[in-house]
Amino acid sequence: MSDVKHAHNLAYDVELIRADFPLLHTSVHGKPLVYLDNANTTQKPRKVIDALMEYYTTYNSNIHRASYSIAERSTHEFEQGRAKVKGFLNARGVEEIIFVRNATEGINLVAQSYGRTNVGEGDEIIISAMEHHANIVPWQMLCEEKGAVLKVIPVNDDGELLMEEYEKMLSERTKLVGIVHMSNALGTVNPVEEIIRLAHAHGVPVLVDGAQSAYHKVIDVQKMDCDFFVFSGHKLYGPTGIGVLYGKRELLEQMPPWMGGGDMIASVTFEKTIYNELPNKFEAGTPHIAGSIGLGAAIDYLNGVGMDRIAAYEHELMEYGKQVLTAVPGLRMIGTAKEKASVFSFVIKDIHALDLGTLLDTQGIAIRTGQHCAHPVMKRFGVEATGRASLACYNTKEEIDALARGLVRVSEILG
Amino acid sequence: MTRSQAEKAADIEEAFSLFDNWEDRYQVLIDLGKMLPPMNASDKCDSNRVSGCQSNVWMVATLQDSPTGPVVVFSADSDASITRGLVSILWQVFSGQPVSDILEFDIDEFLDRLGLMSHLSMNRRNGLFSMVLRVKALAASAGVGA
Repeated sequence: MSDVKHAHNLAYDVELIRADFPLLHTSVHGKPLVYLDNANTTQKPRKVIDALMEYYTTYNSNIHRASYSIAERSTHEFEQGRAKVKGFLNARGVEEIIFVRNATEGINLVAQSYGRTNVGEGDEIIISAMEHHANIVPWQMLCEEKGAVLKVIPVNDDGELLMEEYEKMLSERTKLVGIVHMSNALGTVNPVEEIIRLAHAHGVPVLVDGAQSAYHKVIDVQKMDCDFFVFSGHKLYGPTGIGVLYGKRELLEQMPPWMGGGDMIASVTFEKTIYNELPNKFEAGTPHIAGSIGLGAAIDYLNGVGMDRIAAYEHELMEYGKQVLTAVPGLRMIGTAKEKASVFSFVIKDIHALDLGTLLDTQGIAIRTGQHCAHPVMKRFGVEATGRASLACYNTKEEIDALARGLVRVSEILG
Repeated sequence: MTRSQAEKAADIEEAFSLFDNWEDRYQVLIDLGKMLPPMNASDKCDSNRVSGCQSNVWMVATLQDSPTGPVVVFSADSDASITRGLVSILWQVFSGQPVSDILEFDIDEFLDRLGLMSHLSMNRRNGLFSMVLRVKALAASAGVGA
């Protein structure tokens, strides 16, 4: 397997990595695909595709309830997926890893379970001005129901949090802080450890939205000391439809189940149902079995390459991209934080983002255009929409050059 | 003399037939957009906005009498150049045209012939879908009275 080779290479060989991703060898409009929409979703290594294929072709069966061989295997592999996530995040135990559909569902679970139990009238929840809608709307819904107040940490013109404002917001009314680790719209990497330390000094738990950070950085939930951490499998080179909520065991144990059904119970009578232990208490119904197996394969792949090496390579790419893209005439970068990773959000002159995306597509270049499910961020920076190029472990400097040339060409066409 | 809907459609079709790659087709669309008569800035308001996801489209449409019978006249614009090109196509084949021509014209089939359908269908996302519906509804309302 090529991922074994990666680990033994001193230099990061991006061509070896690219060889592991079948989709990267596709053409669009007769041009080689330059895929730069990784913040939206990443492509899948062969290892993940093979794991899904193997599951469906050789041992597809439901888990946790049958006594025949292939069901034992599917249960084992499904739980192995959980164990791999535990290792990937450095959680204390597998009971702290709850499978959900995506990061969004993880946040909703915390809002509906922890939030509805612990947040009351006049209480406050703190988020930031650079949140994805997924980390805004679930809290708004909760606040509306409970008569609680949503407080928003402002950002400066570079797209960095105003930490002194955050400190002032923390009070005895604060019941939870929900903060994005890395902004999908700006690329800013927030000082989550400091944010958590300050919140904990007030006895306030912190949820970290790791949808963007989990596939770019080494994540250690114990070192970070977050109370909840969520991410989506499909951004971590795994399948869609599988995501993870990590929670500290003591918190998860106190929390009531969110959804009821099979698998989340220990016993059921019409008078009283006894809930199952963690993590099953939060996993009602047949879960995404193939999803856990595929996510496990993605984590194996990343461990084979090394998350630290990926982070270092992506950092080098981003520094290169900053230079090349800021040299494009008329380009204004949105989000220029000192701590930033893997996302270039930009506008060029008065070119509409939709035109930008459509014309780049004719050159085989895929970027995201629009508001990135983060309307408040766009408003903060006074832009209707941006173009966003985002990097992953398989992108190259040549692709960044192609993007820069493409942007110049688009300017000419619309000029 | 004003050109008929069929003549205008044929002109547009000819312009597109010269190109087979996407960049050139978009270039034709962008150029068509530049031919769209300017819309009054005051008309580009929320109440005239046609709902769309990625670009804004504004339209003011009215039913007017003409010597040959009722016509639908509209002015429209978009903030995106490629969408403006599509708006321009709609303007050319619909605005000032008899209601019977508007009702009979199959815009999806036309865009398909231009080779634009696979990428630029009149779907709900780009707001043009609602624009076509509005024009056809106005035309239909005249048809009912006739």
